[in-house]
Amino acid sequence: MTSESAEDKPSAVVQVLRSPFESLGTVVIESFTEIGETAMLFFQSVSWMFRPPFRIGLFLTQCEFIGVGSLFIVLLTGLFTGLVFALQSSFAFAKFSAESLVGATVVISLCRELAPVLTGLMVTGRAGSAIATELGTMRVTEQIDALSTMAVSPVQYLVVPRVLAMTLMMPMLTMLFNAVGFVGAYIVSVFQAGINEGTFMGRIHQIVEFTDLAGGLMKSAVFGFAIALIACQKGMNASGGSRGVGLAATRTVVAGSVMILVLDYVLTSFLLVVWD
Amino acid sequence: MSDEAIIQTTNVHKSFGRNHVLRGISLDFPVGTTTVILGGSGSGKSVLMKHLIGLLHPDEGKVVVDGEDVSKLEGEDLTRMRAKFGMVFQWAALFDSMNVLDNVAFPLREHRKDLTDAQVRELVAEKLALFGLEGIEDKFPADLSGGMRKRVGLARAIIMDPKIVLYDEPTTGLDPITTDYVDEMIKRAKDKLKVTSVVISHDIASSFNIADRIAFLYNGEIVAYGAPDKVKAADHEFVQQFLGTWFRKN
Repeated sequence: MTSESAEDKPSAVVQVLRSPFESLGTVVIESFTEIGETAMLFFQSVSWMFRPPFRIGLFLTQCEFIGVGSLFIVLLTGLFTGLVFALQSSFAFAKFSAESLVGATVVISLCRELAPVLTGLMVTGRAGSAIATELGTMRVTEQIDALSTMAVSPVQYLVVPRVLAMTLMMPMLTMLFNAVGFVGAYIVSVFQAGINEGTFMGRIHQIVEFTDLAGGLMKSAVFGFAIALIACQKGMNASGGSRGVGLAATRTVVAGSVMILVLDYVLTSFLLVVWD
Repeated sequence: MSDEAIIQTTNVHKSFGRNHVLRGISLDFPVGTTTVILGGSGSGKSVLMKHLIGLLHPDEGKVVVDGEDVSKLEGEDLTRMRAKFGMVFQWAALFDSMNVLDNVAFPLREHRKDLTDAQVRELVAEKLALFGLEGIEDKFPADLSGGMRKRVGLARAIIMDPKIVLYDEPTTGLDPITTDYVDEMIKRAKDKLKVTSVVISHDIASSFNIADRIAFLYNGEIVAYGAPDKVKAADHEFVQQFLGTWFRKN
């Protein structure tokens, strides 16, 4: 029998003293387990990416779900980011007569930081949580076990198309974020703040470089890969019915958002060398 | 019926953390027979079944399927071994995003690329008809009753003509008439397709109806094994208590 006898049971005082250490230990073990599982999934995904059968249909379905499905929220976020950022910049720059720099400042900020990070956060909330929920439901209803018993690798069938689609769609969405953000900034700067259109465009042309845009797009591809991997790991390891599925979605949004900010710092540290 | 074992487990132990779930399981599953692993909730039945198909590996001991040690197989070899199995899950585990045709055809489309779409459709219709499911190819799992889902699950499990079919709690959650139907379906699969069946269940009536042999699992150990009559007469307190809940009333 597995149950502890009355003699083996620790006293109430020992239990109270032990509980904080047990809780801490549990958190540490769970964290390392999740990191280990994500690392394993990373290597498995990469190894399956180059082995047939290549699931083009599943990949395109995921591109449609992640890319087209996130279009509205990304465009809306991009437009209002451009609008408000230009508004704040023109107000601040007017204090020392530097309104001509508003366009270039907004575009550089969008390309380098705002577009990749905010697109990443939006996509994590929408597509990341949906992936975790879908795979979590498949896990708790044994559909993933069914795949394995039918001699189909769940990593190859479920994870790889999602990781590839997210990695490809994120730069595209980021590019659209940049475009509508620019339109927003143009509207506020030219029509509301009264900045000369030629000055606005001229300064952008003069200051902004292709590497600003390329660096941001590269960041967004890395964010996409990370979001998909985290969402798949949480979903594939969901347990405990509908509560477990909900938890997987919540953890995906939290871990995905934090990971974007951490990766952003790391990647920016490297890219600053290129940008400067 | 032959006594040659297609699956053999030898002294299989499995723990999850401090929970010692399987404690030295040694069982033979003879070719062409139906073996029911009977036991209460949490006795380790599902864990044992997952060892048979290589979804879990034993901490100690071995599982041999058709002469190969499953715990030593990896990658392509494990895939090839799994192709010998069909598995019917407790709640059918049909893919909700696919209709019945795509669900049942899934293993064929994955592993039999030589078949044309028309041949796949024909094979699916043939297997569905075996279980009285004609003309439901376009329906989705959400549109089917529990019993129909189980039958579609079985059609999917046998579409590749496997040597072994595993059933995970096939009658759980079904009404008595559907339970009878599912029992008949398991017998039919054994008789017509000559498969070896392994059923895990806590349904006493159904188990005694379909089994050639019963293995009673209690607390991670096999405490009674043999023909249904032999298990019914087993001298084990829990077995008698468990079986008595049904036999005393019937």
